[in-house]
Amino acid sequence: MIPEQLVDLSRLQFAATAMYHFLFVPLTLGLVWLLVIMESVYVMTGKQVYKDMTKFWGKLFGINFAMGVTTGITLEFQFGTNWAYYSHYVGDIFGAPLAIEGLMAFFLESTFIGLFFFGWDRLSRVQHLMVTILLAVGSNLSALWILVANGWMQDPVGAAFNPETMRMELTSFWAVLFNPTAQAKFVHTVSAGYVTGAIFVLAISSWYLLKGRDVEFAKRSFRIAAAFGLASAASVIVLGDESGYTVTESQQTKLAAIEAMWETEPVPAGFTVVAVPNEREMRNDYAIRIPYVLGLIGTRSISKEIPGIKDILAKNRERIVSGIEAVTALEALRKDRNDANARAALQRHQADLGFGLLLRKYTTDVRKATPEMIDRAAADTIPRVTPLFWAFRVMVLLGFAMLALFAFATYYTLKGSCGEKRWLLRWALWFLPAPWIAAELGWFVAEYGRQPWTIYGVLPTHLSVSSVSIESLYGSLAGFIGFYTLLAIADVYLMVRFARQGPGSLGTGRYDNEPGDGTADPVAAAPARA
Amino acid sequence: MVDYAVLKFIWWLLVGVLLIGFAVMDGHDMGVGTLLPFAGRNDVERRVIINTIGPHWDGNQVWFITAGGALFAAWPLVYAAAFSGFYWAMLAVLWALFFRPVGFDFRSKLEAPAWRTGWDWGLFVGSAVPPVIFGVAFGNLLQGVPFHFDDNLVPHYTGHFWQLLNPFALLTGVVSFSMIVFHGANYLMHRTEGAIYARARKASLGFAMLLLASFAAAGIWVAFGVGGYAITAGADPAAVSNPLAKSVAVVPGAWLANYARWPLTLLVPAAGVAGTLAGLFFAWRNWTLAAFVASSVAMAGVIGTAAVSMFPFVMPSSSDPRSSLTVWDSTSSHLTLALMFWAVVILMPIVIFYTRWAYRVMGGKVTHAYIRENRRSAY
Repeated sequence: MIPEQLVDLSRLQFAATAMYHFLFVPLTLGLVWLLVIMESVYVMTGKQVYKDMTKFWGKLFGINFAMGVTTGITLEFQFGTNWAYYSHYVGDIFGAPLAIEGLMAFFLESTFIGLFFFGWDRLSRVQHLMVTILLAVGSNLSALWILVANGWMQDPVGAAFNPETMRMELTSFWAVLFNPTAQAKFVHTVSAGYVTGAIFVLAISSWYLLKGRDVEFAKRSFRIAAAFGLASAASVIVLGDESGYTVTESQQTKLAAIEAMWETEPVPAGFTVVAVPNEREMRNDYAIRIPYVLGLIGTRSISKEIPGIKDILAKNRERIVSGIEAVTALEALRKDRNDANARAALQRHQADLGFGLLLRKYTTDVRKATPEMIDRAAADTIPRVTPLFWAFRVMVLLGFAMLALFAFATYYTLKGSCGEKRWLLRWALWFLPAPWIAAELGWFVAEYGRQPWTIYGVLPTHLSVSSVSIESLYGSLAGFIGFYTLLAIADVYLMVRFARQGPGSLGTGRYDNEPGDGTADPVAAAPARA
Repeated sequence: MVDYAVLKFIWWLLVGVLLIGFAVMDGHDMGVGTLLPFAGRNDVERRVIINTIGPHWDGNQVWFITAGGALFAAWPLVYAAAFSGFYWAMLAVLWALFFRPVGFDFRSKLEAPAWRTGWDWGLFVGSAVPPVIFGVAFGNLLQGVPFHFDDNLVPHYTGHFWQLLNPFALLTGVVSFSMIVFHGANYLMHRTEGAIYARARKASLGFAMLLLASFAAAGIWVAFGVGGYAITAGADPAAVSNPLAKSVAVVPGAWLANYARWPLTLLVPAAGVAGTLAGLFFAWRNWTLAAFVASSVAMAGVIGTAAVSMFPFVMPSSSDPRSSLTVWDSTSSHLTLALMFWAVVILMPIVIFYTRWAYRVMGGKVTHAYIRENRRSAY
């Protein structure tokens, strides 16, 4: 039996390191396109201020990128160190997008980031712009491949179980690549990254405008961020709705939990705006609802049903009972590979094999599972409703609030008065953390909502862990917390310092807050042709 | 689709290519990083050293990431068993690597000497520790690792962390460390001048000799003191991957059997020795690029020697020999191997093409004047 503490600690370590990593990823994904836009304007107009913008925001980009690289390696290691059985069980499918990510995306972004920083004087303007574009393409491609991998965890298509090798094996790479869940996740996630990049530039530019510093520089940055952000926020919300649609097909449980929908409702189902879910009695103590809306979002029709939690629970219980047959047959087949009866039985119950494996949490011999164990395993298939319900709602609320912010910012940009609306600038500044909170909550919904599975319906989280000692887990967790705290201090310190100093940190002599040590290059110090 | 057995063999070659690529590319960064606190005696010198690899270390590190990803995709059982079994060794590598990305980017952004010196030592740790641990890991692979699979193919490691640090493994750690520093020193010579160049040259000559001595000692030890492994039944190259469907015996001197069976493979250890000798000679004659190429050949020879000696074993088990992982029974499915083969064939040349271009753009000596002119933007 696998100790539950080991499973919990492994999950905690993965969740902590993944969420920490994702503090840096979205900013990279979005800010890089803002750099592309700024540099394109520079190449087209030849105005120095746009080159300075590219360099200054690029400096902040670099600090963030270094943190993203550092914390990203952890994740690749961790599948092997802490999720060894997972790695064996699904490596045949899951490893491929990871390796392709390295070959196609990491090499691209990591090679060109060097030229982005150090190639200014060695490349023509157009060549350097191409470098920046390839940097952007590389980082966004890496998001594609990792989300193909994650999409497969949510919705494992294009693969089949092989009893001989005791693992899932690839049957169609195209099904994995064009998995609708993965595609919807990709566009939703990169758009969220674009929003993050836009809010970052918008908020810091607003701060300069509030302080009356580097006004021209800040206004130009603000405008670009506002327009880019508006398009991105609209895309996040539209494509978030698209992932809602795919969730209903692949993971009804997650949707029902997000909606605190205990009963299957008459079609089309209503959308619960606010509720107090009561998990013990499986009902909502209080709820405000809008009729029809959920049914429309979830099924794109007015006649398809969305199952409620109680019905899902009953169905999953049946699947666990059928899964017992699958596990039993598999065990017989592992002992004697020529056992035709076992092979036939496994074939019949194969779809429920994962559900049978859920019982391994309670007993090593699933044939001896008591009805009480089966009930507990069935109850496990429903993630806790309250955190999912609220995390989802806060994320959506923040999404709409950011959309509104960008809409106002764009409107006043077009009117030419964005620098004077102090309420707008303050709103932008205070909203700096919003995209990060929304993104972390989004991942929480996606991953916690998939529990108790690592691969939905196929491999329980409980079985996925490495057989390492609990002491090792405490040690590594402590190490990660220590290292990541120190890194966070250094990162935040540098970010705040350079953001405060502003474009003066480039030392060109054209901006406020120059270093003031008389080292600014006198040639470059000529007034900007802004 | 290419035959399954052939693909398994090709993947053994490809993993080797990725490891050698990692050693040649990321290895020279790590060699330079290891020399950083010693070859650079003041801040400007250290910045010169860092900026020889500044534009490239990140791309080079992807060789490591990709090798890890390819292991996951092509040899999932090896990835699972090795990473979980070598838990603390892998974490030590990982935590050492933490110092690199942030070290390069953060170091010169602030002026405070303590900040900069701190990151210099961080870069040293991030550069010196991984090659030592990889060498130690290879030493343990050659001796066999105490692990086994249960009926559900869950890998269980039954050894202890300190067991990894046995005398033979420490010797292979020295082999790995000295080849990386030798290689990095050759690169540093190629990209610098003056005092740094002279120190790099001294390091190159010294570590080349250490590499020769330790590689020879490890070879003798393998021949006379390390029991190799041999498959006695099963492990059909064309069969599906099941590491428990074979039997394996511990046979003294078995690690030399491949050289007797295919004498041409003797060229691999010969390349290790010849590359080192040539690199030593070229460094002494100040032919820097030739020295860099020679140390690349030397590393290919050294890594290849470990691989050829163990073939078809990849990760032998000392506690339950039949659980040993080999080229034939620890790979992905036929379809995944084929898919990943084509991914590598198509994408790798593109990577090499633009990497070469990046080096050409950023080529030439890094000088004190360059650092002074770019004091705000250079690393």
